Amino acid sequence: MSKKSILGLFDTPDQGADALDGLHNAGFESHECDVLTGTPYPEGTFGEHVPQHRLFRFPLFGAIIGLTLSIFITTATQIAYPLVTGGKPILSIFAMLIIMYEMTMLSAVVTTVVGIIFESRLPKFNLGAYDTRITEGLIGVVVNCEEKDLSKAKKVFTDSGALDTKEA
Amino acid sequence: MQQRRKLDQKQINQELLSGNLKTPKWYIPTMLFLGFFVVTGFATILYMFNKGLGVTGLSRPVYWGLFITTFVFWVGISHAGIMISAILRLTQAEWRRPVTRAAELLTVFSLLTALFFPLMHAGRPWRIVYWLMPYDFARGIWPNVRSPLFWDPIAIGTYLTGSTLFLYIALIPDLAVLRDRTTGWQKVFYTILALGWRGNPRQWLLQAVAGILLSALMLPIFVSVHSIVSWDFAITPSVEGWHSTIFAPYFVIGAVHSGVSAVVTMMALMRWLWKWNNHIRPEHFDALARLLIVVATAWLGCTFLELIFSVYGREAPEIALRELMIFTWPWNLLFIIFLLTGYIIPVGFWIFKKARNNIVIMFWTSILVNVGMWLERFLIIVPGLARKQPFTFTWEAYTPSLVEWYILVWSFAWVSFLMLLFARFFPLIPLFETKESQVFTSETKIGRATVPVIYREED
Repeated sequence: MSKKSILGLFDTPDQGADALDGLHNAGFESHECDVLTGTPYPEGTFGEHVPQHRLFRFPLFGAIIGLTLSIFITTATQIAYPLVTGGKPILSIFAMLIIMYEMTMLSAVVTTVVGIIFESRLPKFNLGAYDTRITEGLIGVVVNCEEKDLSKAKKVFTDSGALDTKEA
Repeated sequence: MQQRRKLDQKQINQELLSGNLKTPKWYIPTMLFLGFFVVTGFATILYMFNKGLGVTGLSRPVYWGLFITTFVFWVGISHAGIMISAILRLTQAEWRRPVTRAAELLTVFSLLTALFFPLMHAGRPWRIVYWLMPYDFARGIWPNVRSPLFWDPIAIGTYLTGSTLFLYIALIPDLAVLRDRTTGWQKVFYTILALGWRGNPRQWLLQAVAGILLSALMLPIFVSVHSIVSWDFAITPSVEGWHSTIFAPYFVIGAVHSGVSAVVTMMALMRWLWKWNNHIRPEHFDALARLLIVVATAWLGCTFLELIFSVYGREAPEIALRELMIFTWPWNLLFIIFLLTGYIIPVGFWIFKKARNNIVIMFWTSILVNVGMWLERFLIIVPGLARKQPFTFTWEAYTPSLVEWYILVWSFAWVSFLMLLFARFFPLIPLFETKESQVFTSETKIGRATVPVIYREED
């Protein structure tokens, strides 16, 4: 059986939270439900699970790559074209540290941004069940379920005071 | 006193997207005016490339003049973004919200503009590749990692990349709002840029974590960039006035002073041009002026420390340089203007609450600061080179040419042009931050007084 989505639009966060409770009581699993808002609300406003993420691993991973690459580049370039200054080592550690620092940070920032996009499950251009009124302040509650369960979800939305429902 | 007005999300969208969904009347004439300077400025740059650096006033012994001064100036302005956005975000300062995007944007465009100046200064900019990129393997020459002229592009490149990504990540939720309000090619454009943002709890959580994480990563870069720019001078032992250990913190604090002042200038313009009186309020100018008093005083302390350190050793060349800078015409006039505009006049106003809440005064004093800060860089760079040295047969030979002055004017027009171009397509005030602020603020009664309340989630 194919999966379908249904969106319920609500005026207030309380109604959105009631709808989500209603969906859980009606037997829908947490991973089947989502809340869409146009503004960030405090964690748990709608009684939803606090999402888990691994974003903090990304900058660490990036920093290690950047540091390794910068050590290689700065060392290799100085060895490839040695500037011999009497009595001093070929590798100028202080100068290398500056470049190593910048490249480590650059790589950490880039991988963090990749991580933010990846962990946000973006890009995903098919918006599915969505309504432009969400970015005007309405609260959207979405259920991804079997086609046969759509009417059950719709009833929960109507009982919770939905302004509108949409299927996709 | 509560200056905030309660607005719903629809009103916030309408007010803050007014310039994006409809072109304001003043927009096209302003862009044409700026466009004239941009086009003629680029023509002047091309003229200079064609004729060579002989068309500038640069000559022995002053080879670093207006271009390098302006380069340092724009790098300094770029410190606004991270100072406002990262530090205030990490400290959860509520008043940061309308300011962050414009400050980040100023960072990106001023850095882009700063990059032009060393390129122009090189005379044959395409040859810069020789010291930046590994090239010509047959000759086996590689970039010299010991040179600050190599550190500079690495640091600025890192800062520019990081700032641009920081700006983009914080823009994604607002791009989704624009996607939902537009049609035709604009909808396609915003749909691609918004990456399919829907605004579920996972995405909002990551947006919040991203703000903090990127701020924490950008802060050390922010400190390093102007430190490294200062080392262009500080590791040169042969020029008096440059070889100073205080330069790194001195440059960083000076950059914050000029950058935050530039944000004040920009906020006043944003309030006047787009009539965002509900969003950019006197309380924001008041808060920024308080911050500026602290920063300006720390910067003044560094200025005097630098002077004291230089004369304390009683080395004749250092003392001769300070005599030239402070007591000899015309440098003494520039020095007095620098002190008056960089600190005495602006801070003299800012200590009064009425002045801090007066947007016209804040606008003009913030411009004065940047006049002073540009002069500061000029006074650091040029007198040290212009002073008579032993065994030199020419000195004090530098008078900037019209070409240099025009390119300086071009840089201001260019940054303004880019800012306005951005403002036509993207919101200058973060919509989601403004909406979040409305969710997290309220009023409560204590006795008979009604006081504003800000709710904060525990970490």
